[in-house]
Amino acid sequence: MSVFVDETSRVIIQGFTGQHATFHAQDAMAHGTNVVGGVTPGKGGTTHLGLPVFDSVEEAVAATGANVTGIFAPPQVAVDALLEAIEAGVEVAVIIADGVPVHDMVKTKRYLTGRSTTIIGPNSPGIITPGRCKVGIMPAHIYSPGRIGVVSRSGTLNYEAVSQMSRLGLGQSTCVGIGGDPVNGVDFRAVLEAFEEDPETDAVVMIGEIGGPQEVEAARWAAEHMTKPVVGFVAGVSAPRGRRMGHAGAVIAGDSDTAQAKLDAMEELGLLVVRNPAEIGVTVARALKRAGAL
Amino acid sequence: MNIHEYQAKELLRAYGIPVPPGEVAYSDRAAARVAEEIGGNRWVVKAQIHAGGRGKAGGVRIASSREELREIVDRMIGSRLITEQTGPEGQLVQRVLVERACRVDREWYLGMTIDRASQRIAVIASADGGVDIEEVAREHPERIHTEIVDPATGLLDFQCRKLAMAIGLQHRMAPFVRLLKRLYRLMCDKDALLVEINPLVETEDGDLLALDAKLSFDDNALFRQGEIAELRDFDEEDPKEVEAHGHGLSYIALDGQVGCIVNGAGLAMATMDAIVLHGARPANFLDVGGGASPEKVANAFRIVRADPNVRVILVNVFAGINRCDWIAEGVVRAARSQGVDVPIVVRLAGTNVEEGRRILAESGLDLIVAEDLDDGARKAVAALRAVEAGYEPVPEGVRA
Repeated sequence: MSVFVDETSRVIIQGFTGQHATFHAQDAMAHGTNVVGGVTPGKGGTTHLGLPVFDSVEEAVAATGANVTGIFAPPQVAVDALLEAIEAGVEVAVIIADGVPVHDMVKTKRYLTGRSTTIIGPNSPGIITPGRCKVGIMPAHIYSPGRIGVVSRSGTLNYEAVSQMSRLGLGQSTCVGIGGDPVNGVDFRAVLEAFEEDPETDAVVMIGEIGGPQEVEAARWAAEHMTKPVVGFVAGVSAPRGRRMGHAGAVIAGDSDTAQAKLDAMEELGLLVVRNPAEIGVTVARALKRAGAL
Repeated sequence: MNIHEYQAKELLRAYGIPVPPGEVAYSDRAAARVAEEIGGNRWVVKAQIHAGGRGKAGGVRIASSREELREIVDRMIGSRLITEQTGPEGQLVQRVLVERACRVDREWYLGMTIDRASQRIAVIASADGGVDIEEVAREHPERIHTEIVDPATGLLDFQCRKLAMAIGLQHRMAPFVRLLKRLYRLMCDKDALLVEINPLVETEDGDLLALDAKLSFDDNALFRQGEIAELRDFDEEDPKEVEAHGHGLSYIALDGQVGCIVNGAGLAMATMDAIVLHGARPANFLDVGGGASPEKVANAFRIVRADPNVRVILVNVFAGINRCDWIAEGVVRAARSQGVDVPIVVRLAGTNVEEGRRILAESGLDLIVAEDLDDGARKAVAALRAVEAGYEPVPEGVRA
């Protein structure tokens, strides 16, 4: 059934009538996504792209049975939109905005205690189950259905990995962009857990970057619990210390934050580590062969 | 965003956290006036630059008379202070903080930061103050004490007391709890990412005092922190980075020779890594972001080329919400109007890639087209080696 989203997902778009949201909603629909409506406060009762617009997430959920939301609101108000979606009981909330204040996400994660929404992002390209559902800004046409799960912080590095795999005929079950912020929704480990459970995924590619402990934590969990092969790459071996490399979370604050340290730890834990970003695709093929799945 | 120590101390003061009496000064005369105002007979002069490591570099001096104070300040202002964090060119000192010197009995470390493992604020304390805390964490992790704060309740008194006991501050329990809670309020109110008092000291009179302070704020929250945003000192930042930011580009200068123009932070880092794997070094990190117009790409070229170390430029774009035709248009426009005199390697993939490649091919320019990431890095490094060997313009061997 892939992970987090598939053809049964009923998707709404928050900030629906905005220019970017409109563009990506159209692309998602063309890609087979079941978009059932959208939310733009103040424009409730109108229609957009032939779909109903609501004033609140609560109304949208009540009227359409939506269980997934794509939040296209700007960073200053995106967390409010996210909290509204959590409160309305949405199962999966994808938050695209780059520039969400860190303290807001700290509070949001506390707010999530006792609630069950899966947050993807912020600062995320979104999530795609090729051919079935896309919630985000990734170019759907580069993805193809298959059995490799991909999880990354970065959007473009996700595209890069996918294109390398596509060239070798390796399609994807689901691709998740967990986002480049230091405090984010689902982490690498949560996505690995979902892929391990998923009967449609044979192997997983984890693409991390400098900063934070999430990659190594996930690798440690994988070493103990996963039966499926995991290929790991970490961007930023050439990054200097103490500088934020584009993503708010991509900064080396201590020794364990470096790409080198993370790659070494992953390797020690038995992951198939890629040191050259151009070799992600071939390494996945090798992993499948070794596992007898190719 | 970082601020100066004197600004950090003004904020601490506003939150009722005791700091030594002192004020910023821009000249020796002003410094003497500050000394008169705050009184005493010994003063500390501290160079106000953002980089750390000032003490070891001679940026913190003690003056025992007014004359000596003026002399020290006069020498310090206008000089370039070279610390382990500034790089060899150092940082221009434009102002100093003059404080009354106090006798110190003991020193502690206090810090608050966003802990990425727990995804909450962590309060960190150690009895080893006044030294490099990362070194303490490495050598003696047992001497670092941490409390994680639940954002729903905020920092609790008992957590502060636990820390006080762990670092031997039981005898000053009440003022320590008060100080920590005020510091936590400051962190939350102002969207700080890091609050550091190192050292926190106990004076002869038994008062707790923040002898040095460092505050760092969330750039993403500056839209609601007007007062903090005003404290930004552009003189402390790389002018190229500031200019790039103004064009919506994320740029960081590095010390290699391959200029990079990439979309997306992750791919930009991976491109730098690929260059290193092929035996050269990147001159910069540059992310043009999403929806990059030809104009934005041309601006990126201008900023990358302003670095005299750049001998070759590698453009690597995997277009999702970007369009390869716009990127190609920008490359061609920049190469024509700016008379780019270094080899340009271009790798395009994703949305409108065919159109983009056609624009490059029909431009009649001497561009090196790469098939993929590896090919791009390989050709960029080969072009660099050719330029270094004196080939002009681009030798046949590296042309696509």
